[in-house]
Amino acid sequence: MKAVITVTGKDSVGIIAKVATACAEHGANIVDISQSVLKEYFAMIMLADIDGLNVDFSVFVDDLAALGQKNSLDIHTMHEDIFHAMHHV
Amino acid sequence: MLDTRDILETIQMIRQENLDIRTITMGISLWDCVSDDADRLCQKIYDKITRSAEHLVETGCAIEKKYGVPIVNKRVSVTPISLIAGGVSADGCLKVAHTLQRAADTVGVNFIGGFSALVHKGMTQSDRNLISVIPEALAETELVCSSVNVATTKAGINMDAIRLMGSTIKRCAALTADRNSIGCAKLVVFANVPEDNPFMAGAFHGVGEPETVINVGVSGPGVVSSAIERAGDCDLSALAELIKKTAFKITRVGQLVATEAAQRLNVPFGIVDLSLAPTPAVGDSVAQILENMGLECCGAHGTTACLAMLNDAVKKGGVMASGHVGGLSGAFIPVSEDAGMIAAVDKGVLSIEKLEAMTAVCSVGLDMIAVPGDTSEDVICGIIADEISIGVANTKTTAVRLIPAVGKTVGDSVDFGGLLGHAPILPLRTESPARFIRRGGRIPAPIHSLKN
Repeated sequence: MKAVITVTGKDSVGIIAKVATACAEHGANIVDISQSVLKEYFAMIMLADIDGLNVDFSVFVDDLAALGQKNSLDIHTMHEDIFHAMHHV
Repeated sequence: MLDTRDILETIQMIRQENLDIRTITMGISLWDCVSDDADRLCQKIYDKITRSAEHLVETGCAIEKKYGVPIVNKRVSVTPISLIAGGVSADGCLKVAHTLQRAADTVGVNFIGGFSALVHKGMTQSDRNLISVIPEALAETELVCSSVNVATTKAGINMDAIRLMGSTIKRCAALTADRNSIGCAKLVVFANVPEDNPFMAGAFHGVGEPETVINVGVSGPGVVSSAIERAGDCDLSALAELIKKTAFKITRVGQLVATEAAQRLNVPFGIVDLSLAPTPAVGDSVAQILENMGLECCGAHGTTACLAMLNDAVKKGGVMASGHVGGLSGAFIPVSEDAGMIAAVDKGVLSIEKLEAMTAVCSVGLDMIAVPGDTSEDVICGIIADEISIGVANTKTTAVRLIPAVGKTVGDSVDFGGLLGHAPILPLRTESPARFIRRGGRIPAPIHSLKN
């Protein structure tokens, strides 16, 4: 099972590192990253394997959101199934 | 494989276009609670609901977090109380209403529906008992919702019941006069009521339903509205296709949530209700969809055609996305809960006559309409009879949720707050239908051949 993590906000040093560290601490294995910086705005979509998560998924979601808040970023974590359901027949 | 565009589209729908799951509603049968002792009946009802729905709210919250999509309401619907309270008095029915409120508070749901009676052909003493205390029940409780089915296409229209509902609505308004007559916002009069509707105030757990069931109501007017806006000046065939595709995506979220909730709660999945349910939030409006389709203002000539097409396309897109579709399934047009409808009424473009015409092609009926407080019972009965006739003649569900707001008149408005929104008072015709209404009896079921 995978989670889709989206990170948006003003660009600054070490955004990827911070999110990646949080993923590692929670046992989420990053499998894909796509990111772009438009002027000073940063947008990243990260795909992480959550089979080895060492906390409940909702705790992972909250912790990443809190990390975002601390760094003036918007971090949203969603289970991949919602995207499959909506976009694949 | 996941596509970046798909991910961004979903996120935009949720964050900017108000895509949400409007409700997860657990239907609970109360047949096994029947007793001729009111206290015992209430105790059994309380125990059954709090046991069955113990984990409903936390499950809803967990699913919300997992998929990142808001689940706005968690609700409970129960077997129509008039069916299980046959052994107790009217006072006993009122006690049950308080019990439902207590149970709803304990499990933490937003609303509980089923203080209801099915009287389309006639009324039992139990139905009369229940209806006689609806005003008190709705005034003395906060979360209890009530509905009465007064007609079906097969049975015809019970005009005696409509007359009784006219006075019941007036009493509801009077008993909650200090709160903008909010009691009336929790009472619906139906024709052809569905037994698996997850939406309030008309939800109850029908007699053909299992012990417990999970029904889900989706939403998403904002998503459809934005998609149409982006499509620009395409023709109507292309527009219908676009609405279908959008409705498909919205409904798939509902199906996903419904399946997961049913599995986690170990309760059978019932249906997904494919309704476009607006909220007072800017952009989350069915009226705005119609305006984006090309009307200067909702209520203009052409509104019924737009709505008919929208409703049909939503259903066509939705049925393929869900295993079981039911409930009301269609576009809702509650005036107070839709910013675009409110604006159209304020401009004087949207009248009750146009709203009535619109209900012939969509679900569900004359919904959340505030009318002058001095409207007579007979006029209210006339409005109900008209609306119910549309449902009966067209073999569809229709309903009336009118608020004759005490002390208010045309030019005023009432504010209910939250999802119920606020409503300008709509002007009505005041000529009396009294002689017709007071004849009583039943309007026979319509013929279903020789269609014209």
